[in-house]
Amino acid sequence: MMLLSGDPPRSRALSILLVVIILALLATPFIFPGAKALNVAAKICIFAALVASYDLLLGYTGSVSFAHTMFYGIGSYAIAIALYGLGPNWTSVAAAVAAGLPLALLLALAIGLFSLRVEAIFFAMITLAVASAFLVLASQLSWLTGGEDGRSFQLPELLRPGTVFIGKEWFGFPINGRILTYYLVLSACALMILALLRVVNSPFGRVLQAIRENRFRAEALGYRTVFHLTYANCIAAVIAAGAGMLNALWLRYAGPDTSLSFSIMLDILLMVVIGGMGTIYGAIIGAAIFILAQNYLQALMSIASTAAADAGLPLLPGLLHPDRWLLWLGLLFIASVYFFPTGVVGRLRNKPGASR
Amino acid sequence: MSEIAATDALPKPKRDIAPLLLPAVLALLMIPLIGSASSWVTLTVASLAMGMMIFIMASGLTLVFGLMDVLNFGHGAFIAVGAYVATVVLLPLASWAQADSLLTNLAVLLPAALLSMGVTGALGLVVERVLVLPVYGQHLKQILMTTGGLIVAEQTLYALFGPQIIPLPLPTALRGSFIIGDVAISKYRLLAMLVGFAIFVAIELVLNRTKIGLLIRAGVENREMVEALGYRIRRLFLGVFMTGSALAGLGGVMWGLYREQVHASIGDELTVLVFIVVIIGGLGSITGCFIGAILVAMVANYGGFLVPKLALVSNILLMVAVLMWRPRGLYAVTSR
Repeated sequence: MMLLSGDPPRSRALSILLVVIILALLATPFIFPGAKALNVAAKICIFAALVASYDLLLGYTGSVSFAHTMFYGIGSYAIAIALYGLGPNWTSVAAAVAAGLPLALLLALAIGLFSLRVEAIFFAMITLAVASAFLVLASQLSWLTGGEDGRSFQLPELLRPGTVFIGKEWFGFPINGRILTYYLVLSACALMILALLRVVNSPFGRVLQAIRENRFRAEALGYRTVFHLTYANCIAAVIAAGAGMLNALWLRYAGPDTSLSFSIMLDILLMVVIGGMGTIYGAIIGAAIFILAQNYLQALMSIASTAAADAGLPLLPGLLHPDRWLLWLGLLFIASVYFFPTGVVGRLRNKPGASR
Repeated sequence: MSEIAATDALPKPKRDIAPLLLPAVLALLMIPLIGSASSWVTLTVASLAMGMMIFIMASGLTLVFGLMDVLNFGHGAFIAVGAYVATVVLLPLASWAQADSLLTNLAVLLPAALLSMGVTGALGLVVERVLVLPVYGQHLKQILMTTGGLIVAEQTLYALFGPQIIPLPLPTALRGSFIIGDVAISKYRLLAMLVGFAIFVAIELVLNRTKIGLLIRAGVENREMVEALGYRIRRLFLGVFMTGSALAGLGGVMWGLYREQVHASIGDELTVLVFIVVIIGGLGSITGCFIGAILVAMVANYGGFLVPKLALVSNILLMVAVLMWRPRGLYAVTSR
């Protein structure tokens, strides 16, 4: 209870689902050996933390930001540039953290103070504009960021796949630096999500919810809403940058497509909404569902597409082409905003018979 | 320059003329910086043409927001759909478009533009009924719903037309430039300027001289009061939404021809630009949107000429500068 900051999942089905996801993530290297499963699991962890930090903004303060990938990208690029420029050692990682997090914080502070004073809509538009400028900047400053190609780099010795701690004889596969990196990612993400749970269940988090429900009234109660919103924006930005750092460490690469693009922003939005806004737990569920779908649904779609093409149906093969999976997710997104705006978590919590 | 001077002669509902002078002052300031008169004229014409195209796309968005407090994040989808619909007409009839006769060219260009506007207008009807109607008054859901709509529209375009860039060559009669002295003015830019300006004048006339315009302006000021007086503001809003969508479609056609290529991602690209314009102009203000579009285009063109690296962030800098001066945009129309 302490660990969850007094905010348990409040639904038996939800608890079971969460436990299953977390156990599966913990055991992935042992029960699903193979690079793909490990990649998917790491991505779920990273996105769970990223989406949880976005949930702090969207779900708890009700402000839509389109600049979340920018902070994610700042984290990724900080690691990539430091490890690329300063060499693969832990000092560079520390330098990246020391430079990346404050940069994200300052930028979030500037955007927040500048645009959170007015309407939520204003904030949404300004973040969209700033994020797109940042994306262009990152792909143009190629001497620093590697441009469109991004930056590949070497990890510190300890985290490399070549570093074997326990040989094949124990588990049938070697426990190497890759698996250590995975657990590093997993535990860092778990820490960040627990920290976010702490934040949203603090008095500060309650004020954020009050602002979401009725900003005018919160202001009338004497809360300086601009500062609360700006702090929330800063916390979310720092955690997003942290997730970005883990992402870069895991991929050993940072580039516009993997860390900055608009489509990642859409993915984050989809995950928050599917999982359930304003719950934090929704982030874990949303990320798990979405990334599993992203990785395994496309295979199904390609089968369906070929089948439709063989049956000679018009249009369907094109619509079912694996590259069009975002189309179906977009429809799912609209449907979930429309029919169950509270997402999976909200659904499970409101089910009759759920333990409260 | 004559184009800007002409705006001064328009009927002005507000006496606040400082923003109106802004583009002119900016253009004049640039003369010594750019140095050569011919490049200055070329750049100014380019900015006015680009500004007019952006204005066409942005006008609907700003009215929709002003009237009904709905921000359509899917506005870019209409732009992309408009451009694609034009290719459906223009590419099969390429021989007409490439014929060396203005009449034949226009005979295919006009129907293409009209069809685009028709399709995007109809799409606007569907989007308003399906996506926007259920979430009136809920900003968060509006943003989510319309963003979802943008994804679906873009992906459908990919599915129907394929992911490749479709070339959309300009009709022959619109290629090339008029050459006056040592100044070359591209014909298509001139056309874009004329069309954009005509649309601006038309919108202003409708808003200021007709009953519908009166109702729209009243609705922007105070929606409940218009409703209380017995007018069906929902229907009015639907009309504005469809018109705005159709204009976005027209803007898409013009932009596609300007770039001479069409790709589904133009929706995303232009959404950002259009948002910046709408913010600069003041949400809900047509005049502000008009000036904002010209300013954004000027900064992009002059900036790109003077300091190419700066051009990447010039729009953001412009927005920051304008909002420092007037936090609610050049013309704050709504009280929201």
